[in-house]
Amino acid sequence: MNSNDRLSQGDLEDLLPWHAAGTLDANEAAEVERALACDPELARRFALVREELTETILLNESLGAPSARAMETLFRAIDQDRRVVRRAAFTPSLGARIAEFFSPRTLAWSAAAAAVIVVLQAGVITQMALQQRDGGSETPSFETASAPVTRGLSIGSYALVRFAPQASMADVNKFLDDRGAAIVDGPKPGGLYRVRVAEGSLSRPELARLVKELEAANTIVSFAAATE
Amino acid sequence: MQVLFARHHVRVYRFVLRIVRNEASAEDLISEVFLDVWRQADRFEGRSAVSTWLLAIARFKALSSMRRKPDEELDEEAAGAIEDTSDTPEVSLQKKDKSGLLRKCLEQLSREHREVIDLVYYHEKSIEEVAEIVGIPEATVKTRMFYARKKLSELLKAAGLDRGWP
Repeated sequence: MNSNDRLSQGDLEDLLPWHAAGTLDANEAAEVERALACDPELARRFALVREELTETILLNESLGAPSARAMETLFRAIDQDRRVVRRAAFTPSLGARIAEFFSPRTLAWSAAAAAVIVVLQAGVITQMALQQRDGGSETPSFETASAPVTRGLSIGSYALVRFAPQASMADVNKFLDDRGAAIVDGPKPGGLYRVRVAEGSLSRPELARLVKELEAANTIVSFAAATE
Repeated sequence: MQVLFARHHVRVYRFVLRIVRNEASAEDLISEVFLDVWRQADRFEGRSAVSTWLLAIARFKALSSMRRKPDEELDEEAAGAIEDTSDTPEVSLQKKDKSGLLRKCLEQLSREHREVIDLVYYHEKSIEEVAEIVGIPEATVKTRMFYARKKLSELLKAAGLDRGWP
């Protein structure tokens, strides 16, 4: 209210309940006070308002308080909510899994693995043909040739990671993207995820150094350890 | 959340209880109110007091609950018309007491009138805050308060207490 604006008698009377409750601004309160001081009828009506205020407070206070059940229900629901949010944050949706499968990086690795298989198959066939020609056994050469194919498909270095509870899904995604890492499995018991930290097979010291780097980002990662 | 709950839950409960008039329902509703607050905390813009925000959510939930279970609230007109047969000599004596009579008449007001009176007198809400909680213009808040008080005076007069206003 502008201090130059004068309130009408009706306005002043309308404001009495708020004046009694002490919720008018300073200018309005001062004007109501001035009017009360020089208008006995308004002062009488203000006394009625104060009676109403007193009884309304007593009536509400007599309603008591809720039982502990309300609080228990609330915090149980919050705990449940937290669990759902955590699960949703770390479980990629079907769409995300499909998108990840068809990502350029995955496709490139699939193509490379397929090329390795083709080359190895060619080698196996050639060797089998040579052995057959030389009268050798087939079985040992097949086992020897197939082993590198399996290793080729599981190329990569991995770490077990538990993310910090305060890290958001966006933080985790950015953290992994920045390092070219990806969650490949999880959550496992204890909230652990198997994360591919490098696409090639790293030496033990290299992997240990990478794991230390992960652990150093303690706002995102609360635990990291090298794994197979 | 525990601090917020500890600070506000009793007042929110009483506000809701005055609307739904059922203690169990009021307890369920305040759990829902605070759960909503926990879920939507980022939407609180800080333009109003937290208690105003809480009461607005509580009011919405209480009224939605009433719409789902319309039988739980007596029709206001019908409730006012029901003859009070519980008057023992003790109660009759209490009725002569101005304070008791005033409280009884406050209970008889319509939900809308009870609500505005509670918000102004008990919850200490300004005109702007009442407007925000109830979702009506500020001028309507003043008008509604005037008619709530007028109705209260009429009820008191009918009960034998003429306050000489309005």
